[in-house]
Parts: sequence; C-alpha cells; structure tokens
Amino acid sequence: MTRAPLFLLYLNVLVVATCGLIYELLAGTLASYVLGDSVTQFSLVIGVYLSALGVGAWLSRFVTRHLVRAFVEVELAVALLGGTSAPLLFFAFGRLSWFPVVLFGVVFAIGVLVGLELPLLMRILKEHLDFSDLVSRVLAFDYIGALLASLMFPLFLIPRLGLVRTSLVFGILNALVGLWGTWLLKPLMDGRLTGLRLRGIAVIALLAAGVAAADRLTELAEEQLFPHPVVFTRTTSYQRIVVTESAGKFQLFLNGNLQFNSADEYRYHEALVHPALLSAGTPRRVLVLGGGDGLAVREILKHSAVEAVTLVDIDPEMTGLAEKYPPLRKLNGAALQDRRVSIVHADAMIWLEHCPELFDAAIVDFPDPNTYSLGKLYTTRFYRLLKARLTPEAAVSIQCTSPLVARSSFWCIVRTLESAGFVVDPYQATVPSFGVWGYCLARTTAGARPAEVPAELQTHLRFLNNRTYQGLFDIPEDASAVPVEINRLDNQTLVRYYEAEWKHWN
Amino acid sequence: MELTRRELLATFLGAPAALAAGCSPPVQSLPLEGAIVGASAAIGHRLRDGVRPTPAADRWQNVGVVIVGGGIAGLATAWRLRRAGFQDFVVLELEPRAGGTSRGDSLGGIPCPWGAHYVPAPLKENGALVALLDEMGVLEGRDGEGEPVVAEQFLCRDPQERLFFAGEWHEGLYPHEGESEADRRDWTAFQAEISKWVAWRDAHGRRAFTIPVASCSDDADVTALDRISMADWLAGKNLTSSRLRWLADYSCRDDFGLTVEQTSAWAGLFYFASRVRTPWAEPQSLITWPEGNGRIVDHLSEPLGGVLRSGWAVSELVPKAGDEPGVDVVAVSHDGSDALGFHTRQAVFCAPHYLASHLIRGFGEVRGNAAREFQYGSWMVANLLLRDRPRESGFPLAWDNVLYESPSLGYVSATHQQGIDRGPAVFTYYYPVCDDDPRAGRARLAGLSWNECAEIVLSDLSRAHPDIRGLVTRLDVMHWGHAMIRPRPGFVWSAARLGETQPFGPIRFANTDLSGVALFEEAFYHGVRAAEDILRERGIAFDTLL
Repeated sequence: MTRAPLFLLYLNVLVVATCGLIYELLAGTLASYVLGDSVTQFSLVIGVYLSALGVGAWLSRFVTRHLVRAFVEVELAVALLGGTSAPLLFFAFGRLSWFPVVLFGVVFAIGVLVGLELPLLMRILKEHLDFSDLVSRVLAFDYIGALLASLMFPLFLIPRLGLVRTSLVFGILNALVGLWGTWLLKPLMDGRLTGLRLRGIAVIALLAAGVAAADRLTELAEEQLFPHPVVFTRTTSYQRIVVTESAGKFQLFLNGNLQFNSADEYRYHEALVHPALLSAGTPRRVLVLGGGDGLAVREILKHSAVEAVTLVDIDPEMTGLAEKYPPLRKLNGAALQDRRVSIVHADAMIWLEHCPELFDAAIVDFPDPNTYSLGKLYTTRFYRLLKARLTPEAAVSIQCTSPLVARSSFWCIVRTLESAGFVVDPYQATVPSFGVWGYCLARTTAGARPAEVPAELQTHLRFLNNRTYQGLFDIPEDASAVPVEINRLDNQTLVRYYEAEWKHWN
Repeated sequence: MELTRRELLATFLGAPAALAAGCSPPVQSLPLEGAIVGASAAIGHRLRDGVRPTPAADRWQNVGVVIVGGGIAGLATAWRLRRAGFQDFVVLELEPRAGGTSRGDSLGGIPCPWGAHYVPAPLKENGALVALLDEMGVLEGRDGEGEPVVAEQFLCRDPQERLFFAGEWHEGLYPHEGESEADRRDWTAFQAEISKWVAWRDAHGRRAFTIPVASCSDDADVTALDRISMADWLAGKNLTSSRLRWLADYSCRDDFGLTVEQTSAWAGLFYFASRVRTPWAEPQSLITWPEGNGRIVDHLSEPLGGVLRSGWAVSELVPKAGDEPGVDVVAVSHDGSDALGFHTRQAVFCAPHYLASHLIRGFGEVRGNAAREFQYGSWMVANLLLRDRPRESGFPLAWDNVLYESPSLGYVSATHQQGIDRGPAVFTYYYPVCDDDPRAGRARLAGLSWNECAEIVLSDLSRAHPDIRGLVTRLDVMHWGHAMIRPRPGFVWSAARLGETQPFGPIRFANTDLSGVALFEEAFYHGVRAAEDILRERGIAFDTLL
C-alpha cells in the first residue's frame, strides 16, 4: 500500500471515533431527558459504553480470518444501530418499563461494535507500518475524533439538527466510511464485494429515508420530552397520559401538555370552581365537563349544598387513574368515589345533545383548543347546548387558556359565550406552573356577583380569600379585550387563533 | 370480464395506481364484507325491453294525481300539494325506498349518504327551499337583509375540505402549496371573472347564474357560454395554470360528472357563480346532515304514509283525449308479479326524463328525438365502514377529503357532522364515470364485480391512507347507472331542454334533468312548480312559493 490510502485510513479512524462518541452522547442526553437526573444517567451511560468498548476489544481476538471484511461488516452494523439509536430510543419510551433495557442494550451493543473496530483496523495496518508509529497515529486520530464530537455535539449538532437527525446523519457518515473501505482496502480483501457494497448502500438508503422523515419523527418525539422523570405513562384511545414526578410533586400531561402540577394545582382549581358555585346561589346539581382528574370535583364537594355531581369525561382511563393511582387519588381526596358523584364516559358535546337533566352549576375544564375535536367544545353550538341544560339561576365557569399568551383566543371564548346568550365575567389567576391563566364566569341572567367567599368555605381554601376572590376579576391592561371573531362549528376560528398565538409565544 | 388487478386499476385509476399495484394475478377476494346494493336495474331493463303487464280489472283505481317517481322532484310535488291541503294523490317509486340519488342509509349504526349530501344555504329569493328548511327547523331566523340564517349545527362543520397533494393532506381544495407566480395570477384572474359574473345583471335585472336555473338570464351574452366547453373558456381567458385547471376539472366532475373538457362553460361558471351572493364574497355555506340529503328525503316522505307506494315501477302512461282528458297509469310490482292501474286526471312525470319516450304512449311520435338529447353519466358510490380512523399525514380529517391525483372525488366522512372525532367511521367514496360515450361508461361500470369495485376504492384510498385495507370491515357499493344529467356544451340552452318542460297533455314534467344540471335545488324547484301548476288548474287557492 502507498502513503495516500494510509492517510485516508487515519481519516477513517477519525470518523469512526467521532461517530462512536456521538452515539454515546446521544444516549446520555436521551436518558437524562426521559429519566431525569442527568448526572446519574450520564455516568451510567459512559460507564456502560466504556466497559462495552473493552468487551469489544477483547472479542476482536476471536476474529482470525477475513479481517478487512469483518471490519467493514462491523462498521455497517455500527452505522445501522447508531444511526437508528435516537429514533429507536424515542419510541422505546412509549413503553416506559422497557426503556432502561433498550437504552443500555443499545449503548452496550454500540460500545462492543466500536470496541471491535480499532483493534481490527490496527491488525489490518500492522503489516504496513512500524508498530510504535501505528499505535501513536491511530490513537491520536481516535482522540482527535473524540474532541471533535464533544465540541460539535452541544455547539452545533443539537441546536441545529436535533437528536433524531444527528443520530441518522452520523449513521450515514459511518456507513459511507464503511462503503468507502471496500474500495480503499480492496487489495486486502478476498472474495466478491458486491454483496457487502449492496448492504452498505441499503443501510445508507434506510438512514437517508429516516432523515427525510425526521421532522415527523421529531414531532412525535418532542412530545415525549418532559422536565422531570416520568413515573407513569399510558396511551389510551383518546390521548397519551404521562405523569412525571420530582421532589414529592407530580405533574400530569395529556398529549404532552401540562394539565396540572400538584405543587400549585389548588390555585388553578379553586379559581376554576368557586366563582361559579358561589354565583349559583345554593347549587344542588353540578355538572363537570372534562376534568377527569377529579380535582375540580374535590373543590365542588367543599360546598355543602351540593347533592349530585355528574362528571363527563371522554376517557375512562383518565378517570380510572384519578380513582386508582394513589398519588392522584390522594390529591383529589378520593373525590370520584364520593357517593354524590356519578361518572359518564362520553364526548361532552354528543352527551349534551341527549342529556335530559338540568344543572344548577357547571364547570367546563377541557384541554386547550389546539385541535378541531377540542375546538368544537368551545363553539356557540356547544355553549347553547350547555345553556339548555341549566336552571335559570345557574352559573358556569370555563377554563379559557392564558389571556397573556393567547389573548385573542381568550377573548374569542368570552365573545363566543356572550354570543350564545351568556352574561360573561372574564377573570384570571396566577398559577406558577402555567403562568397567568384565564377563566370565564358565565351566567344565564345578569346580576351582581357575590362579594365574598363565605367564612366556612374559606377554612377549606388555600388560595382564595375575600381579597384574592375580588381581585380575580381585575383584568390587567396587557390582557384586556381585543376584537375577535366568534367561534362557530362552521368556522373554528378559535383553533386558528390558538395555534398562531402559541406558536408566536414559543 | 376477467381483468388483472393492474388492468383494472389502469382503467379506473390511471397509470400511476396501476404501476404501484405491480404485477399481480386477477383480483383476489377481499377479506371483508360487502355487496353491490342497487339501484334496481333489472325491472327497468325488462320494461325497456318491452314487457308491459296489464292489471286485472279489479286492480284499477281512481286518484286525483299520480306522481311518477319518488326522488326529490316527486317528493317535492307531494310536499307542495299537501301544503296546499290537497291529498288526493299517489307517489309511485320503483326502488324499495324513496329519495333517488338523495337517499341516505346507515352502516354499522352510523348514518351515511348514498349520493347527494349537501345543500348550499339558499338565498332569500329561493322561497320554496327557504320554506322547506324553515319547516325542518334548519333555519333560526332572518338576518338584517332578510336572508335566512341557518342554525349552526346544520352548517358543515369546519374543517370542511382538505386535499391530498404531494404526499400530504392540505387544508382547502385549491393546492396553494408550492404554486408559482403565474399560478397565483391565474387564480386571482379567475376569481375576478367569477365576481364579474356574480355582479352581472341583464336588462330585466336577472342574474347570469342563480338557482333555480329557470331564474337565470337568457341574455345572449350568457347563453353563448353554453356553446363552448369550460376548458375552451379557460383557454380563451388565457388561464393556463395547471392547478386552476385541476380545480375547474374537479368541480365539473363533482357537480356534473363531466371533465372540464366535457362540461359546458355555462355549467362550469354556474357552479362557481350561482352560490355567491355578492362579488368577491365567499360561496354560501353548506347545509349538511350525517346521512346527507337523506334527512330531507325522510322529512318529505314520512308524512306521506301509504300514499307513497315504493317498490312499484311505472310501466306505462296512456294519455286519454276526448271529453274527459286524463291518464291511465300502470305500475308493476318490484318482482314483476303484480300490476296496478290508476285512472287519473293529472300525472306528474318525475322520473329521469329519458324514460318519458319509453313509458308515455305517443310521446316519441309527437316530441320526436328531444328526449334523446338528455344524456346521463353514471357514478359509483361506496360506503366504507372502518373500525378506526386511518393513519395519515398533514391536515386533519375534514368533511370532504379530496385526492389530487385521482379520477375519483375522494370521500366524505359521515361522522364529521355529528362531531364524532374518534373510533369507527363511515367514509362515502364518490367516483364519477366520465367516458365521452355515456353508454360505454355505464357498461364499464355495470361489468364490475363487487370485488373489483372494492379493489378500485381501496387502491385509490391507500395512496392517502396506507393502512386502510386493514381497517375496513364492510364496503357496500352503489352503481348509479343514470346518476346525473350531463350539461355538455349546447345542452343547457338547447331547444330540446327548454321545450321538454312543457306539459304533454295532462302529463307534467318535473325533474332536475329539465334544468340541464343535477342539483337538489333544481329537482325541488321543478316539483314545487309542477304542483303549483296543478293547484292552479284545479282552482285551489294558494300563495306561491316561487
């Protein structure tokens, strides 16, 4: 062999080393995203990876024939496994209990394969180079590769490409090097090379297809990133439920959107429930639409006049969780097991169309209107159906997303309620986990709001007292009314407002 | 006819779908249930071939008015007569159920249409339709200008339309994604042309395009449009954008079952301009029900009770001259085993107009070949019951879901209007057969087995929903042999079309065919018009709805 291929072989070493470290960094990052506690996750990933390198190096002694071919085979295997590792791990997260197994399995396998590479390469080159020269050069390029990877990863790759694309792109790079090797090292190889090359091309094509679909993959994946360790996941027919936990507080996410944080949910739910129940006089029959977590029901049951609560939530698994998952059941005070509470599993709009009963108060607590199926639950049609199920003195409260972030969305809900014939008092509260949050108090007849929170009730509350209760209705200037269209079934204006405003904010 | 899968798909879906199918043996039997469910061609063909049963002497009866055909025109005639207090009539309908191409159904408990599935909100001038919608509780009042206000739940729920284009679903029907500067210019110029026609009025103050067609201007500037095709009109205006042409072609296929080359420019512009109130305004909103216009059919047929005789095919109408003019009408039971006779003073012929020369004695001799000018396109409609929603990418499921590269019109989701966004669904798939020779198209369609129909539908939808085959549990197919009158160039303003509205002795005509376009509103208008003519002739007092 001449000098030129040798130089190219060092480049080969460089790429191999860079790719190896990139895969390791990806795994560490993903593990900390998903499982939290980055110190533990990174040390475990590094430990497993390094030990696997050792296993690979040791195993290399058992490769005695067709060294070059084996080297290329290993390289293609690393390319395939490493390249698909990030997407693979994202999807493995869908089954939480398996995630650590898949994670460390992948890290170990990549480590073993990468560990095989260098010894094989060194043995291939040993015929052509002085041993001391060989070791110094190969190891030097190996460590340069590591430096390159550790600089590129945080500075360029993650911000520009994201996890999934980085993984796939380096897989392709790895496979290209392997494929190139079949020409570079051709003089040292025996037998036919076509099969090997075709496999190389297939791996590249597969990963390239992955890059093309990376946006979709990432979209799916980003939903699954949470600030705290995940302790519970379930994909139901309607949504993906995730519970995360940290420092004794837990958070519930539906389709990746935070529904509550146990640290401050009392602020959200006290503000949601009590203005309506106080305005409804002595409400006996209360309707809850959405709110399958049972936390609104907990607040409702603090009103002694309440005789019956009907909770309508589409997802049996959500109310099941609220009844049976110990931390949540504790948080809602086993509200859903109270004998006054009956639970209906139905789409609230379809249920309202057929409901014969009347209610004295209603709490409307749906997720934010970010899809057309949710948007219909904020239309004039929906509010008219609701109004038809209310007694003349009834009051309703509705969660209305953030008036600060999504000002038009907020006022669109206010105007839509008015257009459906409600008298509306918009209000807002600060919930640290959400920021400034908006609500509407909607009544069928105009009249003064009760000025005070009864003393008896106040003893059960942590957020509302007479002053904070009155202060809810002061809308700050930066959230004051803006002109908006009415949200109807046949225009779904709200979904469009909401999408534009949250996109802008993010 | 034993076609390979590739041949089948090449014929009905075009080359790309056939290539995607690869080499494969004849169509395999599919692992799902279904059937071809109508329409009843057998008895019709027997009558065409000259079978003329005679009722026994005791099977004759006297009735004031016989309405031949229980489609929208026939039901509208009955509705208008009843509204004026006249009940001495009978409606004879060949099919086991009334409604014609507006019929609805239910699959797996989900209501769905078999044909016409929406009505654009009428302008206040369309008094008859406004009265019907008022009666149905669809309208909740009038706005400041007296225009009817449709209750929200009957207006097509947003998102209304989406288009599968370049591998993804996009909102709306016109593919704005990736359009060129020239495309945009043509699009705006086209809108300007439409707006020009919306604003246009003749010397009598009539619009160029409005519903019903009978109210449209017959000014030479307007009727000249009927002499060229929509494609020629686009070319004449130098509108060459392929996207605009696609939209025009889709619209012609959707409303008329004809391609843009086959459709009269008058009809093409009618589609775009007749449902727009003022220049540059959005078209009128659409009123729809989960079972399509089947809801209207039910509303119109329920009060009729036994007066609506379904499963009885009219085999002959014999006009009688002399001192007591009238008609003898003979009807044959569905299976051909029984015959009934009616002596009547007046008849309204609401069946497809081409049947007039087959069924009315002496009609052909007097009227000549005019009825032959009435040509009909055939359609395949399929209702697919799905276990769950299919996988897809891009904009979410809408009411009307159109495939850019398909000769079909895509599908309508039957659960959309009910607000059911998850779980089992019914998709109603529409495929107009656009052959130049309508008989050839009809024969092509009639030759298809259920298996072949299902294969076409599933292959077409697979392009947008790769997993749909695994989700469909039942697929029923309707072959509409004479689905729609074809407004090809020259027909709408032909002497043949205009002349055929005239009564033939005691027999009046009422069918959307007489308007030259197949629209619910036209059928309804003609039914009401014929009924009011009868009321007038009988001296029954009424306030006209027209």
